[in-house]
Amino acid sequence: MAVATALVEAPVLATAPMSYWRTVAWRLGRDRTTLVAGSVLTLIVLSAVLAPWLAPYHPSAGSIRLRLAPVGGPGHILGTDEQGRDMLSRLLWGGRMTLVAGLTPVLVAFVLGSGLGVLAGYVGGVTNTLIMRTMDIFYAFPAVLLAIAISGALGPGLANTLISLSIVFVPRVVRVAESATVQVTGLEYIAAARASGAGVRAIIRHHLLANVLGPILVFSSTQVSLSIILAAGLSFLGLGVTPPAAEWGLMLNTLRQSIYVNALVPALPGLAIFVTSMAFNLLSDGLRDAMEIRG
Amino acid sequence: MSTPLLEVLGLRKHFPLRGGVLPRTRAWVRAVDGVSFDVAPGETLGIVGESGCGKSTLARLILRLIEPDAGVVRFDGEDVRAASPSRMKRLRRDMQLVFQDPYASLNPRLTIEATVAFSLLVHGTPRAEAAERARALLGRVGLDPRLHGQRYAHELSGGQRQRVNIARALVLDPRLLVLDEPVSALDKSVQAQVLNLLQDLKAERALTYVLISHDLNVIEYVSDRVLVMYLGEVVETGTAEALSQSPKHPYTQALFASAPSMDPDRRMDRLPISGDPPNPIDPPSGCRFRTRCPFAMPRCAEVTPPLMPVGTAHAVACYLYEVEPARLA
Repeated sequence: MAVATALVEAPVLATAPMSYWRTVAWRLGRDRTTLVAGSVLTLIVLSAVLAPWLAPYHPSAGSIRLRLAPVGGPGHILGTDEQGRDMLSRLLWGGRMTLVAGLTPVLVAFVLGSGLGVLAGYVGGVTNTLIMRTMDIFYAFPAVLLAIAISGALGPGLANTLISLSIVFVPRVVRVAESATVQVTGLEYIAAARASGAGVRAIIRHHLLANVLGPILVFSSTQVSLSIILAAGLSFLGLGVTPPAAEWGLMLNTLRQSIYVNALVPALPGLAIFVTSMAFNLLSDGLRDAMEIRG
Repeated sequence: MSTPLLEVLGLRKHFPLRGGVLPRTRAWVRAVDGVSFDVAPGETLGIVGESGCGKSTLARLILRLIEPDAGVVRFDGEDVRAASPSRMKRLRRDMQLVFQDPYASLNPRLTIEATVAFSLLVHGTPRAEAAERARALLGRVGLDPRLHGQRYAHELSGGQRQRVNIARALVLDPRLLVLDEPVSALDKSVQAQVLNLLQDLKAERALTYVLISHDLNVIEYVSDRVLVMYLGEVVETGTAEALSQSPKHPYTQALFASAPSMDPDRRMDRLPISGDPPNPIDPPSGCRFRTRCPFAMPRCAEVTPPLMPVGTAHAVACYLYEVEPARLA
């Protein structure tokens, strides 16, 4: 087709075509900060998952004679806490709780929030008003206050922490999902799909979701660090995980009185929270950059 | 004249403007206000007007992408608004739309081939056959299916995207193609290529076009008949030749005067109208053009002038031509 090739206006890139998600993965792999954050997170998650095998002691076994042993002491490489329990073991076990309490609410919010937000954005009208104004009610409270209020009403415990944090994060995700959906729905390729006779389900599946899930995923990933801090905060206040279970926020709480005796030991769970949430933040930054592909 | 393929009768769409503390309708934007026209099979009808005159709304009303407030759209004698959802799905194969914005009109997450094949899949064509037909059509509109088929929209130029747009509209083998500013986002040289492609495709596939544009040169180049719109209303209609040779409505005259013509003999001395069109939220009473019209008379403010014939297949909505055509210019 000689005429056809003559009509091609611009030279085509010489690289092999890549699917969108492969391009994102390729770009993530070239971002050094993201790689470091990702490696740190992988280590943290692995150590939490493998805690039963990695921990040298049982997390609740303590010795009254060995209270607040310093970091680097014999037998306890990270020292012991105020009840003489091995800090390393408790940090490993505590990571499990903290990660579950931090990740689950965001996961729930991603699924529920995307569903509600896409529905509100695509259907519009009364459905939109109903969903969005309901979300606004939750938005009226600061996140920390809302989490404390709901946890306080439900009582302490891991399950209640997860419920209260999910309620905190769902409205945030709904808002992002709704605005992304409204924006995409107004674009001409959605109109073109409607003009081709496609039904609502086909349009949402093939044209809408592929274009809104990316931004929602990036936003949700930014919320993980906040969720971890809130979960730890609830435990610190005695509204989350209950003793003697190991959880970083709870450990911070019980160790805080020992800060004048041995400053380094109480700082360890705080450091763990800081590093984990920082790593999640850097990872979501990298994800956002990698997904910003023109077009 | 044979039975029209597309009949539009008294089409009207007013958009509510909401605002205030308690949302309520405060005003109406009269985007399309009582538009009627016919398109014969095989014809190209050009619709021209300034931006904001309701051209794109009209395109979406014809395709029933938005529901009109009043009026009838008949495709091949069938009332489109009365069609059941399943009948509508069938009708959509026959009437397709080519969009204005080559960037917003293609899904950035679909490959070019998938974009074109999607419409076929919606209508139950097997996947392999849909892909095959999509590739064939991409070749026909001047893209290399092997080179471009697996690309994403952002890897293509504006002209290439518009070719994809055309291929997507044609893949269902429609009889009517509504082209909403198909070339206005493209460079001049690319415009000509795309317009020529559209002309070739029309002859090849016995298509009927409704071409919407603000560019008189584009309209004149491809149209058999032309409809001039001003603020949601038709002010003049006639063959492309009649309109360019002897435009009647002061607005049409101004449009032709302001269009840079390639032909020195056809340049007019009349000054183009100045200023922006009035707000369609609160259009002037009577003739909507009277606020910018050099010939406005008191009665222009009272009643909207109807379309009156001024020749064979030439009609104008202006009181200047009511009794006998006054000599202008």
